[in-house]
Amino acid sequence: MRYLPLTDADRSAMLSVIGAGSIDELFADVPAEARLSDPISGLPNHASEMAVERHMARLSANNITAGSVPFFLGAGAYRHHVPASVDHLIQRGEFLTAYTPYQPEIAQGTLQVLFEFQTQVARLFGTDVANASLYDGSTACWEAIAMAARITKRKKAILSSGLHPHYVETARTMAKFTGDFLDASAPELTTDPDDAALIAKIDGATSCVVVQYPDVLGRIPDLGAIAAAVQAKGALLIAVVTEPVALGLLESPGSLGADIVVGEGQSIGVGLQFGGPYLGLFGCREKFLRQIPGRLCGETVDADGKRGFVLTLSTREQHIRREKATSNICTNSGLCALAFSIHMTLLGGEGLMKMAKLSHLRARQTAERLAMIPGVTVVNRHYFNEFVVTLPKDARQVVRDLADRQVLGGVSMGRLYPQVGSLSGALLVAATECTSEDDIEALATALTEVLA
Amino acid sequence: MNELNPSGWRPAMGGTSPADAIQTFTGNRALQLEEALLFELGSPDRSGVDFDDVGDIDLTALGPLARSHRADLPGLSEPETVRHYTRLSRQNYAIDLGLFPLGSCTMKHNPRLDEKVARMPGFADVHPLQPVHTVQGALGAINELAHWLIRLTGMHGVAMTPKAGAHGELCGLLCIRAALEAKGDPREVILVPESAHGTNPATAAFAGYRVENIPATPEGRVDLAALTARLGPDVAGVMITNPNTCGLFERDLKTIADAVHAAGGYVYCDGANFNAIVGRVRPGDLGVDAMHINLHKTFSTPHGGGGPGSGPVVLSEALSPFGPLPFTARQPDGSIRLIEEEQANEEHPQAFGRMCAFHGQMGMFTRALAYILSHGADGLRQVSSDAVLNANYVLRRLDDVLDAPFGGAGPCMHEALFSDDGFAEGFSTIDLAKGLIDEGYHPMTVYFPLVVHGAMLVEPTETESKAGLDQFIGAMRSLAERARAGDQLLKSAPHLAPRRRLDETLAARKPKLVYKPA
Repeated sequence: MRYLPLTDADRSAMLSVIGAGSIDELFADVPAEARLSDPISGLPNHASEMAVERHMARLSANNITAGSVPFFLGAGAYRHHVPASVDHLIQRGEFLTAYTPYQPEIAQGTLQVLFEFQTQVARLFGTDVANASLYDGSTACWEAIAMAARITKRKKAILSSGLHPHYVETARTMAKFTGDFLDASAPELTTDPDDAALIAKIDGATSCVVVQYPDVLGRIPDLGAIAAAVQAKGALLIAVVTEPVALGLLESPGSLGADIVVGEGQSIGVGLQFGGPYLGLFGCREKFLRQIPGRLCGETVDADGKRGFVLTLSTREQHIRREKATSNICTNSGLCALAFSIHMTLLGGEGLMKMAKLSHLRARQTAERLAMIPGVTVVNRHYFNEFVVTLPKDARQVVRDLADRQVLGGVSMGRLYPQVGSLSGALLVAATECTSEDDIEALATALTEVLA
Repeated sequence: MNELNPSGWRPAMGGTSPADAIQTFTGNRALQLEEALLFELGSPDRSGVDFDDVGDIDLTALGPLARSHRADLPGLSEPETVRHYTRLSRQNYAIDLGLFPLGSCTMKHNPRLDEKVARMPGFADVHPLQPVHTVQGALGAINELAHWLIRLTGMHGVAMTPKAGAHGELCGLLCIRAALEAKGDPREVILVPESAHGTNPATAAFAGYRVENIPATPEGRVDLAALTARLGPDVAGVMITNPNTCGLFERDLKTIADAVHAAGGYVYCDGANFNAIVGRVRPGDLGVDAMHINLHKTFSTPHGGGGPGSGPVVLSEALSPFGPLPFTARQPDGSIRLIEEEQANEEHPQAFGRMCAFHGQMGMFTRALAYILSHGADGLRQVSSDAVLNANYVLRRLDDVLDAPFGGAGPCMHEALFSDDGFAEGFSTIDLAKGLIDEGYHPMTVYFPLVVHGAMLVEPTETESKAGLDQFIGAMRSLAERARAGDQLLKSAPHLAPRRRLDETLAARKPKLVYKPA
């Protein structure tokens, strides 16, 4: 029990100060029938560091890792290169093992990072302000929908068919209990998203329209046109960015008129991690400042007039407002925000653009190569680093067959939309700067074999 | 050796040093370094990452929304970046530096083995949507942790995906709501005792319930009579924190649970303080239907300056069918299945839905599992024993200089509660807290729980040594005496931190949330 410093001598000395005869006496308030007298049976006892590491390494080895094979999965989680100094810096104990910065005099490190993070996110998204992060993109998306309902005092949210289905399901779960009405549908395999059909749905009861940019099929909706139509009806446009690297080459949603921009920050600094922890990004117009969910860090001065930072506007938060709180957020993703911020600092505007260019180039090369395979058709006209191909077979089976050939070839749309038959032959393929030309050739060869 | 610090390692104090008078050109003070904002240091032209140069490439596939200008994000070279963040890190207090006595927040040692395993490629470098047969090890780790959580709590099932404690609370309430709706008996009210966490009423309201408060007894526990009197056909359930925010065990929980069940409702237990009873009490034996577990508290995953957290929810047999997607299931052949939307209709038709994208906080699961395996069943029992012993030791050694409002109500659990009663006129909890900063400690939880005036909630945890506690107790005694005596220097503490008291009112009145060049 290497993490426990007390010796038996310490324990008896302390018990005598307390005036108790044994540790069991300290649990006297537990009803006798619920008090366990021995360690819970059927569970192993403590293990050495070496034994635990061996056990975990065995579990770790029983997976095909993204870095070990040609890899083309996306759909809201992307494999990008993370510079070594990012993980090194976030493992400094002063960041890793700090608490929420409620005592600002001894938490300026975390607070300055959050202030810088907010500024980076706002500039990336083209919004006036940003918060100190939320759990992930999907919960941030729901929080934005709830915020739009509060601001507009309307209950109907229109979700574009290009919104990631897990984000839709998350919102649907929450809406069941809050009485919001969601208008959502599955995507159709068209070259471009049908922005006109989306616009036609907007009416006087609409609180917001939620549009993913680029969308779940990798297509790039015309945010500017949608924003104008949404705002003409007094509703808000929520843009959802699941691949922030795309904003190295695409105009920011804020500059195109989005009122609220949310996103998944995993691509920058965080890594795949089998789905979490990830990083919810949230930015919006300044006039909605007091409606923003989650933590905010603000600049101020100390008693000597020196610049410093504090958490602020916490009177919206649930531990203070109790039943009048406006969100379900009680924390942020501090360490993931730090990783994002360090990676973004290393990149700068120039590095982000280069990373985006390389990702886009590899995706284009992949699309062009796959289009040469008989039976494979690229659906998208426009895309950033992710696109859809249609296959003559069920894509779920194709993905499994590719994996058996040591190629992780993409995400089958059938897994994301099991109830939609028309999507069962569609495969979502993503590339990043980590994708090599050899990887592309390996995918093409394996796919040709699998489809033969 | 001295009375305040029997372990004898307090450095020499006193004397006027020339250092106090020295003003430096840079504003730095030797190892205490000021650091500019990255927007004042960096330039969008500078980058700390090298990429293969691809030159001008064809960008027509991006379509009409291709960017016309590079994003205005400053960059730094790699050495500048390392320095910027290393300097900033030194402005932070952290558990690696010393005792972090935050009641109800539980800051304990973070083993580095857990960091190492979380970074193993089979956990860190796998995609959530890889074919299930390529991620059997990762799914196995989730399933193994789920098994431990179920066994340790004596419950039936567990929802792994909630991303933090409050998200877990919501998950539990949504299970209750789904279960009641499935019975055709939707109810409207959730009862929340005053001794419960402040997030509980917020969660109940967010789940669409009307919240009614139940008072606490004078000794800091749920008022059983008031609670049972309020039960009826409109009550969906109660939310109880056990051990509660006063640091006390809710002795009547089993009685309460029986009454709630008899009235057709369910019991939600806020498991934030499970670290106080793990291995000694199973909430399932007390009649709990749903309880979230903050993995970072009970099973020590680092807090990271504010997260990420992870809040799996254990569920009774009655509520398990309603838990959210996705979840794992071990097959007879040993393989692990992942039940998500595709399989749900047949195998989990009553699931209330999905709480987030993908499968939850994998990186937290691996850390928690490594911590659990390191302790084992015997060690986890020792964890709660030592946590409770340390808290009672602090309570007993301070209750002559600090008011302990429930000190007579029996042993405290993992945390000791004090108030500012007895301080000199004009002195309050915050002064003692800020004084602790000068002593080299992070302050305890202040002004919480709300039922105690000027509350101070001290949670030492099981990873503090007796000598370490003795020094902390010495510092607390000294500060308590200064607060009682009205020492004016305490009013303006901290004096020795990187910043003195910060103007929080200004920050809220004129919010500056992003950097703008002057």
